[in-house]
Amino acid sequence: MGKKILLANDHIEGIRFLDTYRKHGGYASLEKALKSMTPEQIVEEVKTSGLRGRGGAGFPTGMKWSFLAKPEGVPRYVVCNADESEPGTFKDRYLMERIPHLLIEGMILSSYALGAKTSYIYIRGEYFYVARILEQAIDEAYAAGLLGKNILNSGFDLDLYVQIGAGAYICGEETALLESLEGKRGNPRIKPPFPAIAGLYGCPTVVNNVETIAAVVPIVNEGGAAYAAIGVGNSKGTKLISASGHINKPGVYEIELGVPVEEFIYSDEYCGGIRNGKKLKAVVAGGSSVPILPTELILNTAAGEPRLMSYESLGDGGFATGTMLGSGGFIVMDEDTSIVKNLYTFARFYHHESCGQCSPCREGTGWMEKILHKILHGHGTLADVDLLWDIQSKIEGKTICPLGEAAAWPVAAAIRHFRKEFEDFIRNGEHVNDVKHYYRLNNLTAPIN
Amino acid sequence: MSEKTILKFSDETAAIAKKIVARYPEGRHKSALIPLLHLAQAEFDGWLSVPAMDCVAEFLSIQPIEAYEVASFYSMFNLKPVGKCTLEVCRTSSCWLNGAEDIVRHLEKKLGIKEGQTTADGMFTLKTVECLGSCGTAPMLQCGGDYYENLTLEKTDKLVDSLRAEGKARVYTNDNPVNID
Repeated sequence: MGKKILLANDHIEGIRFLDTYRKHGGYASLEKALKSMTPEQIVEEVKTSGLRGRGGAGFPTGMKWSFLAKPEGVPRYVVCNADESEPGTFKDRYLMERIPHLLIEGMILSSYALGAKTSYIYIRGEYFYVARILEQAIDEAYAAGLLGKNILNSGFDLDLYVQIGAGAYICGEETALLESLEGKRGNPRIKPPFPAIAGLYGCPTVVNNVETIAAVVPIVNEGGAAYAAIGVGNSKGTKLISASGHINKPGVYEIELGVPVEEFIYSDEYCGGIRNGKKLKAVVAGGSSVPILPTELILNTAAGEPRLMSYESLGDGGFATGTMLGSGGFIVMDEDTSIVKNLYTFARFYHHESCGQCSPCREGTGWMEKILHKILHGHGTLADVDLLWDIQSKIEGKTICPLGEAAAWPVAAAIRHFRKEFEDFIRNGEHVNDVKHYYRLNNLTAPIN
Repeated sequence: MSEKTILKFSDETAAIAKKIVARYPEGRHKSALIPLLHLAQAEFDGWLSVPAMDCVAEFLSIQPIEAYEVASFYSMFNLKPVGKCTLEVCRTSSCWLNGAEDIVRHLEKKLGIKEGQTTADGMFTLKTVECLGSCGTAPMLQCGGDYYENLTLEKTDKLVDSLRAEGKARVYTNDNPVNID
């Protein structure tokens, strides 16, 4: 069994509530920090831990924190990014609904470390019931003197609020999130300035993912070095993986970074293998934006080394033969899956979610969706595959925010690794309309789980 | 020309809205716009008519266009009337891999409407939506604040039948009032 840090207690009944959470060691980190640590010491521990942003980009958290400007007399903000919208990702939802106090404790610690007096958790609107769970937990924390004025008699004050969004993937991009939190459309800002200099209301701001902020709790409690001792290479600590698709045991798993991909897919401790005895065809390892890999490249690197669940190993080979850990949204596809159709659902997603600010993304995502729709309905030509390649290459790197890349990469990777399938789909167009949902069609009439 | 319709929050909603506005620093009350549009949508029949958006703008002392431009950006805000229950079926990758399309086709047949339409009795609107973060429990649909997961055709039938028998509107804030206190 791998070591669990964030989800060590997720099975305990009532862990959602303050009493039970405290009974199992909750808020010990906060007491330790407020009694015996300076804010600078916490930042140092986070640096030592090697923690990297768990939202997808993997940027070192301690470094991000150290960029925060601290001009006199200007408020600073910590904002938690709970806008989890990357297809295939549902770990933050799990963490927040099971152990809301872990996030709240992390928010208080981060706010203390960074000198924020008001902090916000920005959660996607669809997670409405999760926002209620958080609000109830926050109420409990206020009542227990863990939030508000003079927390645990330390002299530190903090107000924490939950802000709900209203359905926009783009608000997971940190500057779009800040725009949205200011009551505007979620159009990403041009950087620089980065939020560390001018973020919420023009003030220095740190935006971190739910899982990142939660990880601050064990880092403060056990020390950064203990956290850094877990994992492999520059992939320190544990990571929550959202596993979905054609597997026997979909769900959220906390792994020590460095678990072999093959073990993750086939072991009963994790995904439990491919459903219905089917063969593995492909995996999207880190949320819809990262390159899809066929079986041979997801299980092993191009050099024949076993592929590990880590930033470096999944990235091995670059985009030619590798992918990214991303948000940890691990989507598994069996041998009957149509890569073309799956790509269409991604293309449609990015077209729907493009904010419309930059022409390459606004026009390109719609164009790619149209071409894939045409191919799917039997009207594609072989030239369309080259056209798709051409369009994606003209979006990447030419937009204000990374949604452009996120839309381009899945298209590029699907063509790179499954070009023949696209061509077959196009050549045999007249049969395409008969494609059904394979065995699932029959299974749907029977209850699952 | 008919008289311009003017909508106002109920006293109860206005009290909640005031508490939301208090979360932000002095002069940053516009931050309350999205939460207040949710309140308006819940109070005014599940969608944001121009008078409903004007009500929010008036409450926040901002220009109506500021409310319109935000309401039209976010997909949870309905700018056209909807049925009492909006069935929002997730259609992105993992849900598709697990048969979301079959759920949609089944609902279309059962309700006698196409996706995007509302039943003649005003009970149901059928929508397809992008990833709702329920990939491990796919396929799924959302109705009001509730997630219905691991759907089968049978479970979907049961859900529709029970919602119809209940006959109540399902919106975000009516069923689950925001817990401010």
